[in-house]
Amino acid sequence: MKLTDFEVYRNLLQQKSGLALTADKSYLLESRLAPVIKKWDIDGMAALTQILRGQADPQLVDDIAEGMTVSETRFFRDYKPFDKLRDLLPGIIKAKGAGTVRIWSAGCSSGQEAYSLAVLTKENAAGWPGASFEIIATDLSKPVLTQARAGAYSQFEVQYGMPSALLIKYFTQAGATWTLKDDIKRMVKFETFNLLDSMDALGTFDVIFCRNVFVGFNQQTKTKVLDQMAARLAKHGYLFLGSNETILGATDKFKALEGERGIYRPT
Amino acid sequence: MKSCLVVDDSRVVRKVARRIIEDLGFSCDEAEDGIQAYAACQKTMPDSILLDWNMPNMSGIEFLEKLRGMPGGDRPKVVFCTTENDMSFIQRALSAGANEYIMKPFDGEIVATKFSQVGLL
Repeated sequence: MKLTDFEVYRNLLQQKSGLALTADKSYLLESRLAPVIKKWDIDGMAALTQILRGQADPQLVDDIAEGMTVSETRFFRDYKPFDKLRDLLPGIIKAKGAGTVRIWSAGCSSGQEAYSLAVLTKENAAGWPGASFEIIATDLSKPVLTQARAGAYSQFEVQYGMPSALLIKYFTQAGATWTLKDDIKRMVKFETFNLLDSMDALGTFDVIFCRNVFVGFNQQTKTKVLDQMAARLAKHGYLFLGSNETILGATDKFKALEGERGIYRPT
Repeated sequence: MKSCLVVDDSRVVRKVARRIIEDLGFSCDEAEDGIQAYAACQKTMPDSILLDWNMPNMSGIEFLEKLRGMPGGDRPKVVFCTTENDMSFIQRALSAGANEYIMKPFDGEIVATKFSQVGLL
């Protein structure tokens, strides 16, 4: 892809989602936009680029932005953050009193993280009598949210992280497709949301999972999103980022939880 | 270095699995069926066993049941790796003492994930 063509997509993604597209990721564009090209019956990438240089249909532009932001996800990705959350939840439940513990899976992609959180709370519910949970999962991409709501995953997807004992407990099987049972699906509310938009209407959360979402964000955008999240996180709450992600240099509204990578509390 | 016994009647699967498991930092031995695996465990009990289900002479599930009855046979982490992909097989394997279950086809990431889940990594 020519650099001038690449810039068309980089500018579009920056404008629509705040994500920075670096040239080393240009090879991903074609595969990620193939479904969009098919849907709109466009004659390949060159034709798509040409359309974008003119007055493109706003819906097409949205589809492209969504297609470019689909990210990989796993059940119980990296394990440790989920183990840590399980240890932290009794304190959060105590701080909430009779209230519902609200958990946000931000940038939820196809839903594995949100459903992992649902399974985690369900598995441990007996130890937390009276506790109730609300899990909100958001993503910019409507197609991945459709997949997430269905709660259906391939044999490969479930094996990347879902322990076998939980797989047979919380899923039904139809051949090589494994679908979460309705009681788990009902625990998660999926919504379309752009992290660049105002978060005021989302309410206050006790836990925010926003893991491996900032990878493509520039510093200014990351600051804007983190500062908004700080305003939406309860004083007793926790923010979980990817284990290799940090708030350093982006905001002073969080402090690291001692001894933990990627877990933060509000200052 | 932790050890792993790869039990599968397919030479190709054993070769692929050995490469994956050695890359994870394990030493590897191989067995072609449950009888060979049982003999290997009597000699030296491994830290982990990657176990096929359908094999001649002695199946994976028969071997597992015998293994768990052996002195020290409760120690190895046993991960099934089989084409038997029905939920009822997973249930039966876990009830018989398997620690995890991989449905073929598999790749290195799935093996690493399962080994990690049972505390081998």
